Amino acid sequence: MFDLDLWREIFQSISKNKLRSLLSGFTVSFAILLFTLLFGIANGLENTFNSFFKDDAQNSIFIQSGRTTKPFRGYKTGRKIQFKNEDFDYLKNDFGDKVQYITSRVYKSLAASYKNEKNNYQIRAVHPDHQYLEKTLVYEGRYISAKDLQEQSKVVVIGRLVEEDLFAKTVATGKYINLGGIQYKVVGVYRDDGGDNEERMIYMPISTAQMIYGNNDYVDQINLTYNPAMDYDEALSFSNLITKKLKDRFNISPKDQRAVRVRNMAEASKGVNQMTSVLGILILVIGMGTLIAGVVGIANIMIFVVKERTKELGIRKALGATPKSIVRMIMLESVLVTAIAGYFGLLVGMGALELIGDSLKDYFITNPNVSTNLIVGATITLIIAGAIAGYVPAKRAARIKPIIALRDE
Amino acid sequence: MLVINQYINQMLEIKKLHKSYPIGKDSLHVLKGIDLSVKEGELVAIMGSSGSGKSTLLNIIGMLDEADDGEYVLDEMPIKNLNEKKAAVYRNKFLGFIFQSFNLISYKNAVENVSLPLYYQGLKRKERHEKAMFHLGKVGLKDWAKHLPNELSGGQKQRVAIARALAAEPKLLLADEPTGALDTTTSYEIMDFIQELNDEGKTILIVTHEEDIANMCKRIVRLKDGVIMEDTFVNQVRASQYV
Repeated sequence: MFDLDLWREIFQSISKNKLRSLLSGFTVSFAILLFTLLFGIANGLENTFNSFFKDDAQNSIFIQSGRTTKPFRGYKTGRKIQFKNEDFDYLKNDFGDKVQYITSRVYKSLAASYKNEKNNYQIRAVHPDHQYLEKTLVYEGRYISAKDLQEQSKVVVIGRLVEEDLFAKTVATGKYINLGGIQYKVVGVYRDDGGDNEERMIYMPISTAQMIYGNNDYVDQINLTYNPAMDYDEALSFSNLITKKLKDRFNISPKDQRAVRVRNMAEASKGVNQMTSVLGILILVIGMGTLIAGVVGIANIMIFVVKERTKELGIRKALGATPKSIVRMIMLESVLVTAIAGYFGLLVGMGALELIGDSLKDYFITNPNVSTNLIVGATITLIIAGAIAGYVPAKRAARIKPIIALRDE
Repeated sequence: MLVINQYINQMLEIKKLHKSYPIGKDSLHVLKGIDLSVKEGELVAIMGSSGSGKSTLLNIIGMLDEADDGEYVLDEMPIKNLNEKKAAVYRNKFLGFIFQSFNLISYKNAVENVSLPLYYQGLKRKERHEKAMFHLGKVGLKDWAKHLPNELSGGQKQRVAIARALAAEPKLLLADEPTGALDTTTSYEIMDFIQELNDEGKTILIVTHEEDIANMCKRIVRLKDGVIMEDTFVNQVRASQYV
């Protein structure tokens, strides 16, 4: 039931006792301000961590080779391990549906030119699956296709910044660029959330690179993603299995750490996830602590307020105010002050995050913000907190005997 | 001398009223069997030195406190087993209070103060305002309706308080040292006003320790050590001759 008269009484009490209302409101505003800033900054930190992993699929496994460091099965140390297409086929075919996407990589660094524009770029020669592993977003034309691989076509997909550098403001797709003296047709342009360096790459079919730049079937690196249905432990034992099989295949000592290196993103992302969740819990504890401090603060002030208003409440009771009406008045006043002050603190906090948000990039805080859910949650918490903070003193106020309240000092 | 007519309503009937307050392990027996009856239209002064129990008696009559033992009938309605809520409703409906220190709410202006008992009666805002203005007019403060208590003189404050006590149209007005905080001239003005209210038929009980104020009532009840020593009807001194 909405009682307009009751609200009028409360508004009058708040507005005619400005200092008192301001003091009680300040505590709450401050608590909520701190709460908002803490949560915003925590979210900013989390955003930063997440962005580190945006670049690649989180279920990636990277396989690289090096030189042996231990003699094994009659082979000497220092032997160079070189992956070839047959190793790619082995990984692709022998592990069944455990492998989701798989690609080889051959690295080159070449000078690229279009008309008068010239620059050096990293070239990655890859399989079509590479697009999913690297989360490459083609926004113009298409990516490398299986057909390109088969026909060893001289086609490339270039990064957004390559297009910007070489083609100024014109569309690159369909045009030819010169890479180390050979003309390649640009079939697509892509974006990548992994940062500027990732957008300064040129992709071409691995078969083309192998033919033109080495006339061999060498592979620098093999990347794959495991079946996302696997949990952390399964993913880890899968990458251990790959390591073991490859070491056996190349006659490498099981204790050799350098000859074949298998890096599982699950390990890294698990660490980060743990860290983020620990951080989240920490922030939650601190945030709740701040909120509780605010509630205790307003409860204290409400006790003081009730003491200060003892006489007024005594008069009201002598004039016929029931205990219930006193409780309701004090509680609603508390809720109102808490809600308004808290909302004010929230707005100031959000404003502050908005203002200083961009300047915090150097401190690993990206786009600090608070979500709508949090705002709604905080508002509800505030109203409940106000009610709790108001209830105890209100109950006490209702018990005041009018004769005691009205006793002349 | 007041003619006591047996057909006039009994407003107040108190029999063998006892009240004691605990002080540590002992208890202080404040009222030791008070018998008092007041008829409608009376103006009674309750006198006594401090500690005589006069304020306690008034508080019990005002339902601000409860007796330990005895009977209390207000306008043919027995007052007993009061819980807080019931007491609040009875106070609101039947009683009007006038205090020594006025007890106006400082952040409410005159008309808002007078409206307050009507708010607790559940009247509509417009009706409250009209009634409050009417009673403010009766105490001659219509032009001061928008003023806060601290902008009023002592006498004006007490008149606002009287208007507030009247607003709920109570059966019984209870005044606890209504002139205690006022100078003599202002005291007589207030008493003049109280006498006028009594002339209109209001039943009024005044606690006072000032003889001149008591003599402006129609009956004086003297208390000492918790019992009624003397209960006499007096020739009323009209306050208007001093104003």
